[in-house]
This record gives sequence, structure tokens and C-alpha cells, in this order.
Amino acid sequence: MKTVELKSLVFRWPGQPDPVLSVASFDLEAGESVFMKGPSGSGKTTLLSAIAGVIDVPQSAVRVAGTDVGALAGGDRDRFRVDHLGIVFQVFNLLPWLSALENTLLPCRFSARRRNRSGPDPKATATRLLSELGLEDTELINRPASALSVGQQQRVAAARALIGAPEVVLADEPTSALDEEAKDTFVQLLLKECKASGASLLFVSHDRSLEKHFDRSVDLPMLNAGKT
Amino acid sequence: MFNLCYKSLLNRRFIAALTVLSIALSVALIVGVERLRTEARAGFANSASGIDLIIAARGNDVQILMATVFGVGTTGAGISWDSYEMIEDLPQIIWTVPIMMGDNHRGYPVIGTSEQYFDHFRHSGGRQLIFAEGVPFKSPDGAVIGAKVAQAFGYTSGTEIVNAHGSGEVAFDVHDEAPFTVTGVLGHTGTAVDRMVFVSLEGFDALHEEPASEVADPFVLIEAPEVAGEHEDHDHVELDEPDEHEEGHQEHDDRHAHGSGHEDEGQTVTTSDGHDHDGHDHEPGTINAIFAGLEEKTAVLSVQRQLADHRDEALTAVLPNVALLQLWSITSTAETALRLMAGAVAVAGMIGMVVMLSASLDNRRREFAILRSVGATPAGVFSLILLEAVLLLSAGIVLGVIALSALTRVIDPILAANFGLRIGVGLPSFREVLLIAIVFCSGLLASIIPALRVYRMTLSDGLLVRL
Repeated sequence: MKTVELKSLVFRWPGQPDPVLSVASFDLEAGESVFMKGPSGSGKTTLLSAIAGVIDVPQSAVRVAGTDVGALAGGDRDRFRVDHLGIVFQVFNLLPWLSALENTLLPCRFSARRRNRSGPDPKATATRLLSELGLEDTELINRPASALSVGQQQRVAAARALIGAPEVVLADEPTSALDEEAKDTFVQLLLKECKASGASLLFVSHDRSLEKHFDRSVDLPMLNAGKT
Repeated sequence: MFNLCYKSLLNRRFIAALTVLSIALSVALIVGVERLRTEARAGFANSASGIDLIIAARGNDVQILMATVFGVGTTGAGISWDSYEMIEDLPQIIWTVPIMMGDNHRGYPVIGTSEQYFDHFRHSGGRQLIFAEGVPFKSPDGAVIGAKVAQAFGYTSGTEIVNAHGSGEVAFDVHDEAPFTVTGVLGHTGTAVDRMVFVSLEGFDALHEEPASEVADPFVLIEAPEVAGEHEDHDHVELDEPDEHEEGHQEHDDRHAHGSGHEDEGQTVTTSDGHDHDGHDHEPGTINAIFAGLEEKTAVLSVQRQLADHRDEALTAVLPNVALLQLWSITSTAETALRLMAGAVAVAGMIGMVVMLSASLDNRRREFAILRSVGATPAGVFSLILLEAVLLLSAGIVLGVIALSALTRVIDPILAANFGLRIGVGLPSFREVLLIAIVFCSGLLASIIPALRVYRMTLSDGLLVRL
């Protein structure tokens, strides 16, 4: 089953003549992990925004978990996003005044589906996820997120993306702020947890050293061929 | 959502606290001004009930009302006992109470009156004066004191008190040769009566030859009543100089050693024989005012006109409620200014809140992007800002009301002692609730501005986290 399906996706920012995205076809299978490489400015973030339904995409160009994202109205897209997608940003993923645990539980606050899918006790699930990602210290995960190191914050962001088992996890250069050693550890942990929950992972990065961990690798400039 | 909002605000607790404080201040000010205004009006209206007409020498209605009912200031001139008897005999009038003023007891006004005062004076919507202890004065040296006076100095029945001339708290002239004995203490009324000392007309006259307040009008004939051999005889003293005060005392004796009022030593004080003292010991020469009650309330205007046309003496008959309305029309300018000020402070408070909410928006773009990535809709972020405003406003209002009631607890006794005014500490009135609601709603409306900005911002930013 395809969790993400892109078909003839063309997107241009309002007022700009040239499309920033022009993807003929791209699929993400269930449970698959894909490394998407490309230099800065190649439209990586825009592509992720299109999949996440944050930008207005044409109808039937983007399907996530079988739903045409472009056909959804604004508020429905937001709810759809949290129901089916987990997102990890480059840096600053967390609300600094919430604890690591509360940050992890944020999707359950906004989505009944994610809450229902995180087991009878979402808090216990979040604690388990965090400890699997290397944050075993219960004292640490109850402290405000601003007290955590960058590496720890990224792992909390991963836990948040994974809680409630969404079909797809989107990661937008989540390792760019981490050092070499932490990068590999983080990617391996993220892949392991995605496998465990059955989520597809679309990992966007310009760091080719991470390519080897993934099922397959896609070159965005090649994929985005229609772009001038 | 509430929890998120609360924690987000807690993260900015310093600036949030400042905002709450400014809202609290404006709420306290708006409600305080309103309460002071309504309580002052209610207090004044309470004091003036039960009296149909106040008759005094021709003068300003408000001044007469203030002097006679509230013991603030003086009536211009005195009126003769003849006029009192004339008014007493009017068929429409069922009761009269003479009022003499101008002395004080340690800063509290001393009123010379008759025993009927205690029967006819009404306060707080028609309640009669009650004696907390003792009885009305029976003899010239008896005195009845208000609850506040008794409380202030610890007086009870039997205490001997000494009054001073004039109305200031610092007495230059103490009538220690004519002490009074307290015969009764009035119950608490919450009006100016609480701060008054009442003595009989004879007792009041015994203090000096002429009531001090009336010398402000030099054209009035001042009668010097004979007080049982205490002074050498005086005939009538007519004061010629309109710009001089109290020179009548010069004529009499050096007992009145005023520190002021004698700038002009070349003052001529002539005597005239216009009115002879009738020799009646219990009738004072002049009194300051008369409280009168009518049989038919509807006759009040015709009596008023009749007295205004009285030929022997220039009289003014004041309808207390009409005079109060005049007073409000005078004070309404000040009230309006106060209310405008309070309103301006409230507006400043609202602007402060909007500034606080708006200024933080740019720093919070990341926060909004994160919230959107976990499913918050732009409308949700919009309502998050509104919810923050609601929290700030509610906290400000609660704090403001608490601060105000704490403040009134402190100020209430001071106001009551000095002005006979009580500000209730009780629950907010309907109008106050309305004002608070207006503050709340305008604050909420104002916070739509930053909320809309956030709405547009989250729409255009999407998941882009700008660093």
C-alpha cells in the first residue's frame, strides 16, 4: 500500500512564473524508508509542505494514506496532517516551556486518532518511546524542553512524530544540528522506531553520509525534473 | 488548549504580570471612580431625607444644603428669630427645627438646635435618629454627640466637653468657660450626623454674643443676646465694612482673642437700634437655618415662593433634593473628568496588552509552526491568542477588584470620619459589573488585532521555521 503518492505535482508560489515543484511521480510504500537528497534551495521544504498539506496543492496531485490532500479544506488539512503525519524539523522542534513528555504528547492533544492509537495510556507510550530513543531519565523528560541538549531535543521530536503511529514520518534535515556521531545514532534510532510502528519515513537531507541507512534513495533535483 | 496557553504565558511571566497589573490598575480605577460617585450620591441623598425645606438667609442653594445638612462650610448670613416664628406659624408647615452653626468641637461641627431635631431628622431612606445611649439634651449645657465623635474621643454620657469657635480643627478660641455635659450619644447613621455635636440654642448662644458664621455678611444685623449676666450689655452691632470678618468680637471683649481677622484696626463698628432684643432668654438673636416639614408635600413650591417673597428678610427656601441635583450638576464636570481619566487608563492598559501580545508574535513564529505541525489549525492559533487575552484580562480584573476592595477597606474609615461618606466594601453593583464587562469586551476586541496577524502569519509561514 502506498502511503504517499505524488502525481504530476506542480506548485508555484503566488506571483512567481516558474514552478518550484514539478514532480511527475513519486511513491512511498508503507513501512518504507526513503532518503531524499538535494542541495539547499532544491525545493525540499516545499515538497514536504506539499505532502503535509501546508501549502495549497492542486487536487489529486498529492495523496497521503489514500486521501487527496489537495481536496481538503484548510482546517480539515490541519486535522488530517496530525492524524496521519509525524514531522521532525531541523532544529527548535519543541515548545520550550513544555516538558519533553508534554511535547511528545502534543499530537495526542490535537488528534483523537493519534490518542487512540497510542495505547490505553498515551503517557506510558510516550515514556516508552522516549526511553527507546535514549531518554530514560524520567526526571529529565519532565523538565522543560529548553533544558535539553540539541541532540536530546531532536530525539524528543522523533518521539513526538512517532507517537500514535502515523502512517508517514517526514523529517526535514533533522540531523543538521547534530555532530557526526550523534547523527548516525539518531538516524538509526529513528529508523528502528519507524519500523517498529510501521510508519513510512521520508528523510530529507543534503548529507549523503546517511544515505546508507535507508531502503532507497531519491535525488530531488532529478525527481523535480519539471523545474526550470 | 487552555493548558498550552497557560504554560505559554507562564513562560513570559514577567511581561504577562506587568500586563495583568496594568489591567488591574485600570479596572480598579474605573470601578473605584464609579463606586465613589454612586456612594457619594447615595450618602448625600441619605443625609438629606426627611427634610422638605431648608430655610436660610438668601444665598446659594447648594451652599445652604452643604452647610446645614453636611456641616461643610457656612450659610451666608443668619436669619432673625422673628422669621423663624413667622415660618413656624405658616399653615402649611407642620414642624420646624432651628439650626445654629459655626463652632466646632475638636474639628467636629457643633450644631445648636432644638430637641425636635432628633424627632424629625431622617437618614438612609427615612430612618429616625436613634440614641445609642442617653437622652436628648434637656438643659442649656447638655450636648448630644454623633457616633463618630463618641468613637473618636471615647465620650459617653456624662463626659464634659469644651467647644471652640470657628470650624477649623486648630482652635484659637476655646470656650472653656462654657463646658457642656454629654447627655446622649446617637446611633451610627453613616451620614454627616455621626460627626456632629448637638447643643441647645441657649447653650450655643452661651458661647458668645453672636454666631460666628453670620458675620461673613456685614449687612446683617447681629443681635447680641444677653446671656445671664455673663457679659456687659450690648445693643445691636452693625458691621459696615463688607471686607472685614468677625470684627464684632472687637466690640465685645478680649476673651475672643482671634489670631486673624483683625487686619484693619481702623474698623468702625457702629451700633444701631434697628431691632431691640425682645428679652426672651430662650430665643436666640439669629439662627443660621431652619429645617421644616410640610403637611402636604405638594405645597412645597408655593411655600418656597412665599418665603422668597418675604419682605422683612431676604430668605431662601431650599428643596434638599433639588439642591442635590444642582450639586451633582456642579460636580458632574469633575466626575466626567475622573471617568475620562479612568477610561484613558483602561485604554492604556488595553494597548499595553495588545502591545505585549503583538510584540511576542515574531518570537513565537516557531511556536506556531510547531503547533501547526501537530495539528493546530490557523483558527486554533487565532483562538490561542484570544485565550491568552482572556486569561490576562480575567487575571487583571480579578486582581483589580481584589485591590479595590482592599483599598476601600483602608480608605472607608478615613472617608467616613472626615466626610461622613461610606464606600461599601460589598459586592460590585450592576453598573460596576457592566463596566468590568466593557473593559473585558474591549480588551478582547483589541486582542483580535494580534490574533488576526497570527492567523495570517501561520497561513503564510506554514511549516517553514524561520530562524
